[in-house]
Amino acid sequence: MDKRLERILPRVQKPARYTGGEYNQILKDRDAVDLRLAFCFPDTYEIGMSNLGMSILYQTMNSLPFVWCERVFAPWGDMYAEMKQAGIPLYALESGDPLSAFDSIAFSVGYEMAYTTVLDMLDMAGLPLRSAERPSLLPLVWAGGTAAVNAEPMAPFIDLFVIGEGEEVNNEVLTLLRQAKKESWSKQDFLRCAARIGGVYVPSLYEVSYRGDGEVAAVTPKDGAPAKVLKRIVEDLDASPFPTRPVVPSTEVVHDRVCLELFRGCVRGCRFCQAGHVYRPIRAKKKETLIRQGIEALQNTGYQELTLLSLSTSDYRELPGLCDGLLAYCEERSIGLSLPSLRADNFSMELMQKLQKVRKSGLTFAVEGGSQRLRDVINKNVTEEDLLNTCAIAFSGGWNNVKLYYMLGLPTETDEDILGIAAMANAVLHCWRTHAKNKNRGVRITVSTSCFIPKPHSPFQWEAQISLDEYRRRVELLRGAITAKNVVYNWHDAETSFIEAVLSKGDRRVADAVEWVFRNGGRLDAWTDYFSFPRWMEAFEHCGIDPHFYANREIPMDAVLPWDHIDVGVRRQHLLRERERACRAELSPDCRHQCSACGAAALLKEGRCDG
Amino acid sequence: MDKLRLRFEKTGRAVYISHLDLMATMQRAFSRAGYRLQYSEGFNPHPLISILLPLSVGTASVCELMDFRLHEEADLSVLPMRLTDALPEGLRVLEAYPCERKSAELKWLDVRGRLEYDRGLPDPEELAAFFAQSEIVIEKKTKRGIGMTDIRPAVERISLCPEEGCICLDARVSAQEPTLNPELLAGALRQLRPELAPDFAAFTRLETYDREHRIYR
Repeated sequence: MDKRLERILPRVQKPARYTGGEYNQILKDRDAVDLRLAFCFPDTYEIGMSNLGMSILYQTMNSLPFVWCERVFAPWGDMYAEMKQAGIPLYALESGDPLSAFDSIAFSVGYEMAYTTVLDMLDMAGLPLRSAERPSLLPLVWAGGTAAVNAEPMAPFIDLFVIGEGEEVNNEVLTLLRQAKKESWSKQDFLRCAARIGGVYVPSLYEVSYRGDGEVAAVTPKDGAPAKVLKRIVEDLDASPFPTRPVVPSTEVVHDRVCLELFRGCVRGCRFCQAGHVYRPIRAKKKETLIRQGIEALQNTGYQELTLLSLSTSDYRELPGLCDGLLAYCEERSIGLSLPSLRADNFSMELMQKLQKVRKSGLTFAVEGGSQRLRDVINKNVTEEDLLNTCAIAFSGGWNNVKLYYMLGLPTETDEDILGIAAMANAVLHCWRTHAKNKNRGVRITVSTSCFIPKPHSPFQWEAQISLDEYRRRVELLRGAITAKNVVYNWHDAETSFIEAVLSKGDRRVADAVEWVFRNGGRLDAWTDYFSFPRWMEAFEHCGIDPHFYANREIPMDAVLPWDHIDVGVRRQHLLRERERACRAELSPDCRHQCSACGAAALLKEGRCDG
Repeated sequence: MDKLRLRFEKTGRAVYISHLDLMATMQRAFSRAGYRLQYSEGFNPHPLISILLPLSVGTASVCELMDFRLHEEADLSVLPMRLTDALPEGLRVLEAYPCERKSAELKWLDVRGRLEYDRGLPDPEELAAFFAQSEIVIEKKTKRGIGMTDIRPAVERISLCPEEGCICLDARVSAQEPTLNPELLAGALRQLRPELAPDFAAFTRLETYDREHRIYR
């Protein structure tokens, strides 16, 4: 270990997150591989090590014998200051080598607020921030993750984006990079060639022009780059590698447990939901695969908890059989099984009792809208009756902790809808009074609201976000309406949501502001400890960017969207149709009832959408 | 099953694993190695493992002791190897055996320290004289706030030996009643004789002893 590091580590909080050496880490001989890849997560170790995507891709990229992929995370403030002061560059956990020793630096970017941290990590690696300022092929700086579906605010910094699921395409990029390194290609030649790989988006090969009114006029591909970059997916999840030997942190992280991914995509089609649209088509894993992988992962990690991941767990067709199979293994070993993302409408007594055998956690329901009309607008197929029925079962089964999640600022929302949230919380409380087995234990109902952020590739992508003042007014309205002492109200800070909206819907011009914020001390912006709203507003002013243009204006239907050249497989006509139905407060059936022909099934060459 | 005892090393990158994290790491390692730990009874069952002398973050050890109980009989001759294979880098199990002595019988610890000086070594005689004083009273954080403590009675013997760029400190210190964190040996210099204080000090626990200075197992 670096001598300087040895002196610093005893002084910082939770030093074990900066040392590597964990169980199941992958070590290779640095001289025996052709490519060294620094796989960066632009947030802390605790967050990054809880990310399943990171864990999957760490394994798939390391499955290439000529690649050694190592993990890199962003240091917390105390460690950051110590590293800066001691002149220690950012290093990878497995080898401890500085990022300058690597051929390639890849970022997994799941959310927009991580953008400044991406720049910070490039800077800590000693690299110029802008792609154009890095003329040589190596190190190649690339990125993927959900935020890449509108990568424009990061376009000037990143050489190459991967759109969609990375299991296969990442290895194709690495294979090409190995050849390019061997044959000493220029960066230009490599990028032109890489742009022909499906799912690869090379921003420098697209010219963006703007109209007088600020709208994007056109995005023009050059050098043979495709007019639209089509998202990549893994067709057969059962055959796709799953990390049953994940790295086990030696220090506590956010999710200290085995994660099993049940399926990708979502049958529901909630109109505000980006994930529900960009992860299509629906592909499920067989329960036999999941039981086998779950048991293997438990044996290889020693974890005492297993959780089932997906966008909507109760929509997994084989859920009862899967739970039976896993519980058969878990129960006698006191291993807990948790099921997040259950829906209020088909939550069954049977399932709940099964889980109760091991451990009882709180229940969380994402209701989203305070009235039936508004829930119809967003296509959230949950009725108050469903919710109350489920709560009745839960309360009579001994649960006494319910969380209700809502969004404020959804299109067409009125004050009446907002007051409906308070009424619903009261109805849940009443339900507890009627059904609770043991009232002495009390009840805790938590209402949380966040501010709606219109997201690219969702039917609400054209919508405006409400202003900060309006959001605050609505929060106050709800606060005043929630009077019961058993009901707690939490609201998400509006300023972060506003910046997130700007970055989500931003075009390339926003990149200047991202850089300005970083240059003026911004990093780890997803953390309230570090987020500074005035700094962002100053950045916009300094760079001549009107943030309200991105967040608060409704985009005209004929406008070119900054992300129009990224194709996630869902047709524009589908999004438009859904938006029109939203205006009429009309529900769309879920994919299981009736296929909406969204277009994503075309991504499957052989398989069929499980919707 | 009867109480068993594990002797293990914690060195290298593993020295930064905190006490609580080490408990979780050990618990998982047992499970990975195919051993089932016995759990406590009651509403919130937890595995029955306890580490005799919690080690502070940054201090290495080649003589850690941990008590545990297994759900079923196990071959103790292969357990160290199997468990070591299931542990992260820097944690190595040396032996496992039935626990015969009470943890309270553990009294002394041999520790070695590396005192690093960036601007030349101090006079070893002066250092030796400092530690040879009849009392060394320092400010120490206690549960009741900051108090004055004489650490000298907790130091049975100490020797210093200059090496390349550092001074090697060997000491036998009290492990329990009172507990002396060897880090305080450097801390005492920082408080009382800053001109003799090292720029950095790292310690390793070497061996455990009972009251009669016989090796404790």
